[in-house]
Amino acid sequence: MSAGFYFGVEVFLNGLMSGVMYSLVALGFVLIFKASGVFNYAQGVMALFAALTLVGVQSGQVPFAHLINAVFGTNVQHFGWEVPTFFALLIALAVMVLFAVLVEKFVLKHLVNQEPIILFMATIGLAYFMEGFGDLMWGAEIKKLDVGIPQGGNLWIEESTAFLGGDGFYGFYLDTLDIYATVIAAILVTSLVLFSKYTKTGRALRAVADDHQAALSVGISLRAIWVIVWAIAGFVALVAGIMWGSKSGVQFSLSLIALKALPVLILGGFTSIPGAIVGGLIIGVGEKMFEFLIGAPFLGGATENWFAYMLALMFLVFRPQGLFGEKIIERV
Amino acid sequence: MKLTKIAAIAAAAMTVASPVLADLVFPSLSYRTGAYAAGGIPFADGYADYMTMLNERDGGIGGVMTRVIECETGFSTEKGVECYESTKGEGALVYQPLSTGITYQLIPKATADGIPVHSMGYGRTSAANGKVFRNVFNYPVNYWNGASIAVNHLLDINGGDISGKKVALIYHNSAYGKEPIRTLQELAKKHSFELTELAVDHPGQEQKSQWLQIRRERPDYVLMWGWGVMNQVAIQEAANIRFPMENFIGVWWSGAEIDVLPSGDASHGYKALAFTGVGADYPIYAEIQKYVVDTGKAAGDGNQLGTVIYNRGLYAAMLAAEAVRKAQEISGKMQIVASDMRDGMEALEITEERMTELGMPNFGPTFKVSCENHGGPGTAAVAQWDAGAKKWNLITDFASSDMSVIQPLIDADSAAYAAENNITPNCN
Repeated sequence: MSAGFYFGVEVFLNGLMSGVMYSLVALGFVLIFKASGVFNYAQGVMALFAALTLVGVQSGQVPFAHLINAVFGTNVQHFGWEVPTFFALLIALAVMVLFAVLVEKFVLKHLVNQEPIILFMATIGLAYFMEGFGDLMWGAEIKKLDVGIPQGGNLWIEESTAFLGGDGFYGFYLDTLDIYATVIAAILVTSLVLFSKYTKTGRALRAVADDHQAALSVGISLRAIWVIVWAIAGFVALVAGIMWGSKSGVQFSLSLIALKALPVLILGGFTSIPGAIVGGLIIGVGEKMFEFLIGAPFLGGATENWFAYMLALMFLVFRPQGLFGEKIIERV
Repeated sequence: MKLTKIAAIAAAAMTVASPVLADLVFPSLSYRTGAYAAGGIPFADGYADYMTMLNERDGGIGGVMTRVIECETGFSTEKGVECYESTKGEGALVYQPLSTGITYQLIPKATADGIPVHSMGYGRTSAANGKVFRNVFNYPVNYWNGASIAVNHLLDINGGDISGKKVALIYHNSAYGKEPIRTLQELAKKHSFELTELAVDHPGQEQKSQWLQIRRERPDYVLMWGWGVMNQVAIQEAANIRFPMENFIGVWWSGAEIDVLPSGDASHGYKALAFTGVGADYPIYAEIQKYVVDTGKAAGDGNQLGTVIYNRGLYAAMLAAEAVRKAQEISGKMQIVASDMRDGMEALEITEERMTELGMPNFGPTFKVSCENHGGPGTAAVAQWDAGAKKWNLITDFASSDMSVIQPLIDADSAAYAAENNITPNCN
């Protein structure tokens, strides 16, 4: 086999890895949509806010320092200590749970029985609020995120595969961070599936997802379920924020990772956890292979963004509900 | 009676709507929010702090106080145009759009309104031809100069010969990112190097394909025209594939502390072009500290002083203030208007002696603007990042670019613009 073939395989493998990163973002959308029928526009900002909180806590940054200094004329920036990553993760998670409680209390509770578009609009407002709140709380500068996950091409894989394609081939490049992301995503999805199948709360979640009214009639608290779902989505957002933030530093453009999740959702369906994973993999591989085979050589490159949407739309023609989405049948 | 009433109302309205000619007004189209805020904040702070210092220390410029009107664009072209429309009536003297997209939109508008635009190190490169772009200035340097200076640096470190070398350009897939391509293509012909162009879509969070291609094709050097998250991701990806950082050179919009700090030690040795001095070791900083930071009048919390982009904001404000002085000198009046400012900008001369007086010795190049040349000297230095010390160091002087390649491109592009817009190039 020629080096070109193995480079193609390398692009394919990296496409899978990128797909996992997209899936991590898409998962949060699916969880909330499945349980409450809300398309959560704020999911990308949640990832940003969670990552900001993690780095802020980890580095001992004083929250609202700019505000405090402006009001009281002080100059406080840091507490002077650093919090170990594990505890910082727990605190960030606690903040996301608190966020879920507050969203339910101040937003969702007041919008029960409203049209989905109203709930969607509310999440747009929530996204803008959280972006501003995150800025006020932790500042707008770019922060380095280090939770101990190594980055860079995996040398062992490179060296042990270099013989495959002859002199022009340098071994398969796989980013160690992406390998970690894949393992973490696999654990996350397995845990979510086990949780929803084998726990009482999980079954309640599925009941709410199937039919709100029926779930309410058997005594399931819709409000409690919403808090749980938003908290889990907050946890997923934290994981996505860590993975994406490790590459670019934690900065406000992190909220734009949601754009990478949309074609995954269109393709995989808004209500399926496996759909988010498979959709992510198809989008990741599809866009990378298209760029490698057609985009870069013939179209000037930078085809990935539009190709991902085109691929998703092509699937939509044949399966409007997405690959794994539920077919909605409305009878007159 | 009716007419009298209407006339009275119109007169009152005009009184309210007319600009209050008591200040020297500098709109600041800033972006303190959104995806590019980390770069927008230090520039806006530097610009505002310099003007505040002039007010506090000197009572303004020529005895007239300066007033900075900030308008948040979020780096959005639409909002930038809205900001222009909403502030131009305030007596705006000059606009610094801080975005190539906004600059392109403002060129015809500001020209029609007679307000000068200063796109310093960005915007439409051929605006350097003042005979066509009478109200637009892009001194001291533009993207085409930048491309040439980067290639000249490669020539310097290769003993003057880069024939047969492979150079990749990774660029933001926007009007800004595409600016250097034509120049680099011409330079590739002239110096016989092989150029590969790699586009990255906004915002640039995902660049796996581009860096896999770089790993496959093994270019000797990579040049970058990036902004925002694209910079941080590119530097991290370069480190991931173990691309030698000293062979990776960014334009000045890809060469701030915020671009290299997230990747930590891995970014050590990365190079970028710079058209201002680096760090805070200039006398001007003692003045900023005394009159602005210590008095609690800083635009930010004072933690950006001496950073690359803060310095650039400071420099932009200094150039605007010096143009005001020149305009006051030419017009003989202290309260100038936009047309006076344009004349002041066109007659601006920055000497080393003046820079030293201002507390900014060797902070930027010396130059003289003219009608024929709104682009200044087209010089920039190369800076290199020291990850251990967490600071940039200038490793070259402010070096010039290859105008034998660039000038014909400027002439051709500005001539095309003039033809499209029925402009007769002139200096009258």
